[in-house]
Parts: sequence; structure tokens; C-alpha cells
Amino acid sequence: MEVAERKTLAEDIFCPIDVFDVEEIREDFPILRKRVHGKRLVYLDNAATSQKPQSVIDTISTYYTGENANIHRGVHYLSQLATQRYEETRTKVKDFINAGSEKEIIFTSGTTEAINLVAHGYGRLNFREGDEIIVSNLEHHSNIVPWQLLCEQTGAKLRVIPIDDNGDIILDEYKKLLNEKTKLVAIVHISNSLGTINPVKEIITLAHEYSAPVLIDGAQAVPHSKVDVQELDCDFYCFSGHKMFGPTGVGILYGKEDLLEDMAPFLGGGDMIKTVTFEKTTYSDLPSKLEAGTPNIAGVIGLGAAIDYINKIGYNKISAYEEGLLNYAQKVLQGVDGLRIIGTAHHKAAVISFVIGDIHPHDIGTILDQNGIAIRTGHHCTQPVMERFNLPATSRASFAFYNTKEEVDQLVDGIYGVLRLFK
Amino acid sequence: MKQDLRDLYQEIILDHNKNPKNFKLLEEPTHQSEGYNPLCGDKVNLAMKVQENTIQDIGFQGSGCAISKASASVMTSALKGLKIDEAAALAAEFEKMVKSDIDSEEDYSEFGKLAAFAGVREFPVRVKCATLAWHTMKSALGQTDKTSTE
Ligand SMILES: Cc1ncc(COP(=O)(O)O)c(C=O)c1O
Repeated sequence: MEVAERKTLAEDIFCPIDVFDVEEIREDFPILRKRVHGKRLVYLDNAATSQKPQSVIDTISTYYTGENANIHRGVHYLSQLATQRYEETRTKVKDFINAGSEKEIIFTSGTTEAINLVAHGYGRLNFREGDEIIVSNLEHHSNIVPWQLLCEQTGAKLRVIPIDDNGDIILDEYKKLLNEKTKLVAIVHISNSLGTINPVKEIITLAHEYSAPVLIDGAQAVPHSKVDVQELDCDFYCFSGHKMFGPTGVGILYGKEDLLEDMAPFLGGGDMIKTVTFEKTTYSDLPSKLEAGTPNIAGVIGLGAAIDYINKIGYNKISAYEEGLLNYAQKVLQGVDGLRIIGTAHHKAAVISFVIGDIHPHDIGTILDQNGIAIRTGHHCTQPVMERFNLPATSRASFAFYNTKEEVDQLVDGIYGVLRLFK
Repeated sequence: MKQDLRDLYQEIILDHNKNPKNFKLLEEPTHQSEGYNPLCGDKVNLAMKVQENTIQDIGFQGSGCAISKASASVMTSALKGLKIDEAAALAAEFEKMVKSDIDSEEDYSEFGKLAAFAGVREFPVRVKCATLAWHTMKSALGQTDKTSTE
């Protein structure tokens, strides 16, 4: 195979991404100054986890340095301070996704735990043999396996909405799957492997015609765009702190109050009870009922700082910038001989999965890594997506608002290096 | 191209990746096993015909990265005609090489084409790719039928 030289240069493609001064934003993220294998780090694995701004790092450090205490339990100064900071964050999250009340915000360890909490607390109580749970072919394993486990326990059945060759959900097929037996629809908002932005509002409206509640896996949506749970009218919404510039080990389950009220506690222990005797225990009110044990206090407070950071920049700017960057990246990548983008949905977030001829993604990943470029290779915890496209794996570049056109160019240069090696 | 990468993707490895040897379905094998590397999704189906304690024929199929495919190709070439205990000894040596310290003074020049995989040492996450075929071979001879490098 002849290896062509790069055809497209930054100047040839006009993508208006001068929404803000990206260099100024990069200053906020200390890790972006790092060098890897002697090269400046080009971090394009944001769908796996995002980097953290200094303000988040400082908030966590300040907490441990001067505010650390257990919450909800002490009458002393520090305990009250920590409790206040923790509960303030709940209000911040409520406003951030426009929930109706703080009671609807449950802190979890992440998206995975949030989904499992619904499966245990809601699903086990409400699902019977013959009931149906609808998911899509796009789901992350964390929005498949909890439902499969639940199906094994309850005799409910999992139904799957197919996707087309672009990676778009086939809505007509979804409509056919809906019926009186549908007891839950669990759908990813933005696909982590293909970038597809699902028409969740329409999906929710359709499910509600059958009185089926809808859980949205928003792990990849919250980092990129404004989410308004009341506008969507979703019943549950799950997301992770670490993908939205906050710390690992903290996430959110949003649920409509009446549904959360009906849920059985998942973990029993401290903080989730009103009274405990050996004869009978009564549970706390929401949200404590669903938050047993000492939570990740530092993580929650750090998540609050991440929300402040996103609000400071503004979703309008974040979304506009990323859209420009995505357009640019797709155009230059399409110019690479033999490169095929997997996932060409009509509405797409800044995630690009691709394959190059028969060069294995892990070889691509290793070679790019030596150039300081971090991408993800593999099945991205979405094996059914890989199977749908008949691929063992893809390479994936996923962007955040601190990524630049120059980094896209470096990625493309790196890919030409791969092509030269495997010519 | 950086030196580390050249060490990893040696010409021999690239050649065997492109034109793997013994990439075939073996009729009536006496031993076979399937190897899987969950990290990369690499898959190797290995089949052997062993007679009088000697590997008479060997073939593999599957999909994977350049390192795993080349490793299976070079391995099958090296094993053909060997006695079973010789094959096991070679596997042990190979594993020792790819897991050895980067600065080890060991000399692998007598190791033939297998020495091409010494560069894998510098890429710890890729060691499993190089050893997958070897693990699969050992499990085939041990009569177990599934191998996972995890
Ligand atoms: C779409 C999607 N859902 C769920 C998850 C799981 O998130 P976590 O590992 O933070 O629980 C991820 C993260 O990889 C994801 O991308």
C-alpha cells in the first residue's frame, strides 16, 4: 500500500471554533502540561475519563486539609461544615440538571452504581415473570448486565432496539417493541463508542404512552451538553462525576420523587435509618434512604467544584466548541486513506471511533501512545456495538473542550506514522 | 519513528503479521485449544497433530493485533517437529524473555526469529499479546480447552 502524504491541512478546513480562548482554558488543567514518552500529552480519551481542572483538585485538597469530618452525625463544627458542603452540592446538582427537589438527587459511586441501584431498589420490587425491559444495541455493559441479572431473578425479558449502519437507533423498531408488558426502558443518552446522540425526548414520550418509566444513562451526555431532567421528563437519569471533570468514585442517580419513594433500600446500614430495633427498622426519608454508610464526601464536594467550573464556561460555549472540533476532526480523518469512521449518526457528540484497513486498533494505540497521544482501543465496554459492525475492536478518539485543532493534526500525523509502519 | 517502536515492530513481526505461517485449519488434530485475550479481544484457535510425542503439524486461526498474530505464526514455525517437552521448554524460555527486565544482559541471539519479540519487554501491556499463542499451545497439550490471559 502506498502511503499518501497528509492531504488536508488545518487551513483548508474552516470550522468556527473560536468560541473561547482554548489556550486559556488549558491553563486550568495542570495535567495537560505533562509530557509522555518525551512528547506533549495529547489526551483524547475523555470518554473514558476526563481531566480535572485545578479548582476541583484544590477543592478536594482544601476539604482534606481543613474541613474533613463525617457528615450528618456530629454536633461539632467540622462535622457541620462538611455536612453543609455536602448538602450544598446536592442543591448544585439539582439546579445543574433542573431536578424538582434535592430529594431527587442520590449520590452514588458512579453511573454503574446508579443503574444497579435502580435495578435492585426499583426493578426487584416491580418486575414479574413475563415483564419486558427495553434497552438498545448501543448500551454500555453497565446498562445491560444489571438488567440481565434482574431478568434472571425475576423472569422478566430483555428486549433490544436495533441500530442502523450509521449507529442510529431505529425508532420504528422501538415502537414495535413497546407494549403493555414493557416495564422499563433503559437507554443511553450519548453512546460512548460511536458518539450517537439519541432522541431521548421522543423515546421517553413513546414509553410513557405505555406508562413505562425510562432510565437514561447520561454518563457521556453531561460532559458535553445541558441536561434538563424535567424538560426530558425522564424517570431516572444516571451520570458519573469523573467524566465531567470531577473526581472518580462519585456519581448521581436522579429519580422522580414518587419513584424513589417507592424504591426499596439497596444497601442497609448507617445514615439510611430512622430507628433500629431488632424487631423493626424504619428508614430515613429521601434522599438518605438510598445513601447508606459514609459516602464519598470529598468526591461529592469535588463534583460541586466541577459543576461550578462547567457553569463558569457555559454549556453553550462548550457544545459549540466541541461541535466545531468534531467537524474538523471528522473531515481531516476522512481524508486519511483506508480510514473508516464507525458511527456516523445524524446527531453526534465529539467521539470518533475508527478502523484503518486491517491494522489492529491495539497496534494503532501503542504507536500513538509513543507519540504522546492517548486514545482508547478495544470494545469500549460495548461488545454488542462491535458485534453489530462485525468488528473485534475500534480505535476511539474522544474530545473535550480543552482539546485543540492542533491536537487533531497530531493525531492525524500519528496515524500516518502507523500507516508507514504497516505499509 | 522512535527506537522503542522499532524494537517492538521488527521487520520479522510485520512480515509474519502480513503473511502468517501455518494460518490454516488442521484436519483431524489430536490436540487443540482456544485462547482469548480479553484486553485486546485477540483470539487464537490452535490445533496440533502430535504423534509419537512429536508435533507433526500445527495450525492456527483467529484474529488479533500484529504482535499476537506474528507470535502465533513464529511459534508454530518453531514448534513443528519438536518433542512435547522441547515445546514446553521453549515456551518457558520465550515467556522469560518477554517478561525479563528491560536492562537484562541476557543474550537472545541464539533464539532465532523468536528473539524478535524481545522488544515486547518495553511494552508491559503488550506482553499478553505475545504470550497468548504460547499459553494456548500449553493448554492444548494439557488437554484443557480454554485459555484466557487474564
Ligand atoms: C455510556 C456509559 N455508561 C456507563 C458508563 C459507566 O460509568 P462508570 O464506570 O463511571 O460507572 C460509562 C463509562 O464508561 C459510559 O460511557
